[in-house]
Amino acid sequence: MSASDQAPTAALLQVQNLQVQFATNDGPVYAVNGLSFAMQRGETLGIVGESGSGKSQTALAIMGLLARNGRATGSIDYQGRNLLALSEQELNTVRGSQIAMAFQDPMTALNPYLTVERQMTETLQLHKGMDRKAARASAIRMLDAVKIPAAASRIGMYPHEFSGGMRQRVMLAMALMCEPAILLADEPTTALDVTVQAQVLALLGDLQKDMGIAILLITHDLGVIAGLCDQVLVMYGGRVMEQGSAAHIFHHASHPYTRGLLGAIARIDGQGGPLLPIPGSPPQMAQLPSGCPFAPRCAWADGLCDSQVPALQDIAQAQSEQALRYPARRACHRPVELLNLSPGEEGAHV
Amino acid sequence: MWKYTLRRILATLPTLLTVITVCYLMLHLTPGGPFDSERKVSAAVLANLQAKYHLDLPLWQQYLYYLNNLLHGDLGASFRYADWSVNDLVAKALPVSLLIGGLSMLIAVFAGVVLGIWAALRQNSWLDHALMIFCNVGGSVPSFVIGPLLVTVFALWLKWLPSGGWNEGQWRFVVLPVALLAVINLSTVGRVMRGSLIEVLSSNFILAARAKGLPMSTIVLRHALRPALIPVVSVLGPLAISSITAAVVTETWFSLPGLGKLIVNGASNRDYTLVLGLVVLVTFVAVLLNLLVDLAYALLDPKIRY
Amino acid sequence: MPYLIPKSVTEIAPAARSPWLDARQRFVRNRAALVSLVILMLIALTCLVGPWLSPHAYDDTDWNLMGIGPTWDHWHLFGTDELGRDLLVRTLIGGRISLTVGVLATLVSVSLGVAWGAVAGFVGGKVDAFMMRIVDILYAIPYLLIAIMMVTILGRDFYLVVLTISAFSWMDMARVVRGQTLSIKSKEYIEAARAIGVPTRRIIFSHVVPNLLGIVVIYTSITVPGVILTESVLSFLGLGVQEPMTSWGVLIHDGANVMESSPWMIWFPGAALTLTLYCANFLGDGMRDALDPKTR
Repeated sequence: MSASDQAPTAALLQVQNLQVQFATNDGPVYAVNGLSFAMQRGETLGIVGESGSGKSQTALAIMGLLARNGRATGSIDYQGRNLLALSEQELNTVRGSQIAMAFQDPMTALNPYLTVERQMTETLQLHKGMDRKAARASAIRMLDAVKIPAAASRIGMYPHEFSGGMRQRVMLAMALMCEPAILLADEPTTALDVTVQAQVLALLGDLQKDMGIAILLITHDLGVIAGLCDQVLVMYGGRVMEQGSAAHIFHHASHPYTRGLLGAIARIDGQGGPLLPIPGSPPQMAQLPSGCPFAPRCAWADGLCDSQVPALQDIAQAQSEQALRYPARRACHRPVELLNLSPGEEGAHV
Repeated sequence: MWKYTLRRILATLPTLLTVITVCYLMLHLTPGGPFDSERKVSAAVLANLQAKYHLDLPLWQQYLYYLNNLLHGDLGASFRYADWSVNDLVAKALPVSLLIGGLSMLIAVFAGVVLGIWAALRQNSWLDHALMIFCNVGGSVPSFVIGPLLVTVFALWLKWLPSGGWNEGQWRFVVLPVALLAVINLSTVGRVMRGSLIEVLSSNFILAARAKGLPMSTIVLRHALRPALIPVVSVLGPLAISSITAAVVTETWFSLPGLGKLIVNGASNRDYTLVLGLVVLVTFVAVLLNLLVDLAYALLDPKIRY
Repeated sequence: MPYLIPKSVTEIAPAARSPWLDARQRFVRNRAALVSLVILMLIALTCLVGPWLSPHAYDDTDWNLMGIGPTWDHWHLFGTDELGRDLLVRTLIGGRISLTVGVLATLVSVSLGVAWGAVAGFVGGKVDAFMMRIVDILYAIPYLLIAIMMVTILGRDFYLVVLTISAFSWMDMARVVRGQTLSIKSKEYIEAARAIGVPTRRIIFSHVVPNLLGIVVIYTSITVPGVILTESVLSFLGLGVQEPMTSWGVLIHDGANVMESSPWMIWFPGAALTLTLYCANFLGDGMRDALDPKTR
């Protein structure tokens, strides 16, 4: 059966052409431009990019939590409804119970003036109408599931009485209280030590298997992506540079930016030579260059790259199930073959 | 908690002691004052002074007697009135000041908090702007300009309320003074509440609370209010102290027989010991209020537990 | 695949700007502060020069025109009081006193505050702790009461009034100067200067003072309205400057007594005072916005 015969299963979350812009004193800032992706039940989608690439804003747009001067256009379909068209009250029935979000810094994302119990039970009381006692029992069970020791005695404590790694787990537990269909995890490991990072990622994987949730994982760390994600989006300057299955991104990356990211990672297997950082710095979102946002830092950029924004196009791929589910795409004017040339062969561009 | 309380109480003692000592010593510098041998007072007053202040003893002993008196709640003898001690005069004036001060503070805090919350939730709307202008005016226009304004509008033009006097505390005479003090204090409370709530509402944990699908009312009442109130509480201490000035002006302006009027009259009359006694009393009250504010602050913020 | 070294990335460095120029630009952009400055200068000028131009002396009594409202007649633009004295001139003279007290008391309290704070910050240790404890104690005291006490004891001589007012206006400055001194003391450029052998005096004048200057200017402009207000309150209570001197506070006090029959007596001085305070406050805000290193 070829790909074209299969009727596509309705995606759990379908984002089409999402644009997020902010009205500022210096003019409009386009944080996200033309983002599209689909998530299925039980899958993990990773969004990778530097700070300012628009990844967090994507998550906030899905939740309807953009800042007051922000507007999202396009469509975000969840269970047949466009989330961008819902009123605040309707959104509140989705937030927390169907789609939940775990924030980047657990120290600031947990209310320091309320006990952990209060913060965990309120979603259950609100969305599932549970009473205090049942909600408390449920919360203790969830804390156990995220491997917080002595959960029953810890639950009455305040966030500042927990360590950093435990706070992150508490936040995950809090997000998962109502067993949502989708979890948006914004940089869940950034504020943590490396060993704790590994634990939290393993935890996420386990929870996903147990609860069958879909996870949207936002990070700047490719290593995090490798362990957990089925599908990956690479963003830069508010646009998708490349997307595809995780296997494609890691083994067949075909965009200069993705290549650059991969080249900048230290590898434990001794492969790869010196670390090559990508020169330059992320763009000022208020003053995006016309044309490809990556062009100023790209070794292969030419005149067209500076003047015209490249469209996201399919890449020819070896046929596989992965390739069917997650078609690979890149946004680049320069042909893939060019990137495969070794230095010196390229010609007059450097 | 009790250790914290005790420590705070102990911290207030230097302040009290300094004020008492400095003022007491200042009286000794005064030519013609109570401790000067050339004081010009009647025999009756002199007898009172002698009894309370032990004027023949060396200075340090006089001082100790004075402290002892204070500990027993005796504020001393008047320099001008032979028939009344300072305590007598205070007893007549205190209820007036307490009523005006207490009532206006209650109104100011309550209204200030409510209006501040309202303005914060409707930031940049016309309501917010109107409220902020009101608070700006109330906070920066001096009390003795707002007072005449109130009197002009409500007493002279509308003739709803009397323009001054006490009349044994009949409610009509209480309204304008309380209004004046309330407006002044409300301006500060409202501004601080609004600013603080706006800042709290922009925190990450409020965003996280919204992400849980909680309705705005729950978020404000359960998540935002407690941290937002902390700056408000901590401003109540200095506010109480600064409102003493406004209270003195108010009592003078409206001719209310309270402590403020008493101290101003005492100063005009050169009733040194009366002024001393009142200064000590009011400082004590101010320090006490500050202490209460500190304790309330500790109750609100779970991170403070010494 | 190794990433190729790309073409050079040129960066445009922002043009260097002196912080004073920067501050002046920010100040000028603040309309309210600019307008306030102009108004204040006009008020000061009028108070200084006005009485010389007026046909009336401030204690000239005119028995024919007692207690009249504002009128063009005889240039009694603000009206007269119950003794026939022209209110306009009295308001201007009162302004002279109020502003003079304001300036003098500010000078005294700024000097005291800067000295106190700089010594505490520079010496540090126990001396610092002790000096700041005194500041804390003073903060906790309701100043008006002590001011009343001082006036009762020391009398209402002009300079004593100035002293009384200054005694309670210097604490903010002291605190802020101490903080700034502490932070300057530990800055690396001071160590660097010492390391290359710059003499201490040079360090103080080239490094410490300019950094203190900004914050001193800010807090001076904040002290001024407070001091003017304190003087007005004292005068209003009858405990400020004495006859024959008059100030806005005294005029308001006098006007309060005859408010029902002659409202202009209170409104003109009241308006003058309020306007001055407002402008001084805006000016202070403007200074703070322009000079505060934290808001840059």
